Amino acid sequence: MTLGLINANPVVHAKKERVARAEDSHADDAVDRLDVFDSVRDIRDPEHPYSLEQLSVLSEESITVDEKLGRIQITFTPTVQYCSMATVIGLCLRVKLMQCFPPHFKVDINVTPGSHADEESVNKQLNDKERVAAALENPNLRQLVDECLYSSELYSL
Amino acid sequence: MDFLEGNLELRERQRLEGHTDRVWSLAWNPATGVCGIPAMLASCSGDKTVRIWQQGPSGSWDCSAVLEDNHTRTVRSCAWSPSGKLLATASFDATTAIWECVGGDFECVATLEGHENEVKSVSWDASGSLLATCGRDKTVWIWEMQPGNEFECVSVLQGHTQDVKMVQWHPFMEVLVSVSYDNSVKIWAEDGDSDDWHCVQTLNEASSGHTSTVWAVSFNSNGDRMATCSDDLTLKIWDTSAKASETSGSSCGSWVTQYSFYLDLFCDARDKRRHLCTISGYHDRTIFSVNWSRDGVIASGAADDAIRLFFESKDNSVDVPSYKLLLKKEKAHDMDVKLSAMESKGT
Repeated sequence: MTLGLINANPVVHAKKERVARAEDSHADDAVDRLDVFDSVRDIRDPEHPYSLEQLSVLSEESITVDEKLGRIQITFTPTVQYCSMATVIGLCLRVKLMQCFPPHFKVDINVTPGSHADEESVNKQLNDKERVAAALENPNLRQLVDECLYSSELYSL
Repeated sequence: MDFLEGNLELRERQRLEGHTDRVWSLAWNPATGVCGIPAMLASCSGDKTVRIWQQGPSGSWDCSAVLEDNHTRTVRSCAWSPSGKLLATASFDATTAIWECVGGDFECVATLEGHENEVKSVSWDASGSLLATCGRDKTVWIWEMQPGNEFECVSVLQGHTQDVKMVQWHPFMEVLVSVSYDNSVKIWAEDGDSDDWHCVQTLNEASSGHTSTVWAVSFNSNGDRMATCSDDLTLKIWDTSAKASETSGSSCGSWVTQYSFYLDLFCDARDKRRHLCTISGYHDRTIFSVNWSRDGVIASGAADDAIRLFFESKDNSVDVPSYKLLLKKEKAHDMDVKLSAMESKGT
């Protein structure tokens, strides 16, 4: 167990102002990048009491949606190059997207190129369906993921 | 049947419902579907159970048994013994269970422990006396069945540097193939002399192999070809014909008997299998499974929810075989197609 936090002094940013979506301009069924961002922006970082948005781990620009093909691509930037929580953050994103969007959507999750020392290894694990499924059956890991996902609900009240 | 002529169609006959989580794998019971014995299928799931399905007299399929209260995590893979009497199930709970079918009911008669974490695949050899398992702990285990449904571990094969996704025995030789997250395919055989199992060949990028995780392997019915599929979006066809005996006969000439043993070793193992062709450009997402039917049709299941069928085109002007896409069935499933097991009867 590491005693210190991996990144003891994260840079915290203000949350982007939330724009109220006009009902008519947005077809109910269509999924766009803001929908995806809204679903993940408040996920809490595994180590700090801040959201992924506040820590600039994600932004709306780091998301791409192809509604026609049914694909969602997210890239995220861990706060430090050696962040061992990168795979946990990736898992949180997967679970949240599975919960929020129809199952036919194919999701690709990668770290922002150049943002992590083990970029290839992290990306490979996050996009291996079998490894993800097995990891989510690990009770300790699942608990950590759930904490990151559900504590965000407290902030949005 | 000439597959390349005429319009082919893949039609869904029935949807088997019952599992409450994703179905990871299927296996047809090889002793069924012939001689009036109704076809039997096993499916295994993330719901920790295995379901047995049987085709009734009307032709429709019903669930005839649920194997539950055994595995404590996802059941990832299942395989029938060649006699069809035993079913092996491999689970993320690190165990492999052996079930015996007694008058329609299934009883767990053995539990194989040893893997450090998730077991991903299990395969019986042609004789039914050897079982192979593999998993995320990077090892391949070979077990031998003893009288009274006892299983003894014969060898723990180390060599892969990452998670081993699948193991498959050659259709009639005691040669085992394993495929891995380390992007390679390994061939394992017993050293005639010492009875030690070892890796006789590794097919990696240098041997025209895959450049990302290899998910599955399937031999054709002759055992002289095998297909592998990968996250690199290609299928690769390999020549696995046994050339050693021919080679030592012809190019090595007739040698003094005492040297022939060494010749066998030399000509035997190292470069027996070679890449024949790569089927690329047809898949845009991970290919999770490949299966070679008795009629020579290669089926692939991919993460784009589609099933594709390929067949070798007999173009005599080219030395290297080439494969043509016979058909693509889109949205074959609502989500990723994990395994396509070709029906043992053939069409």
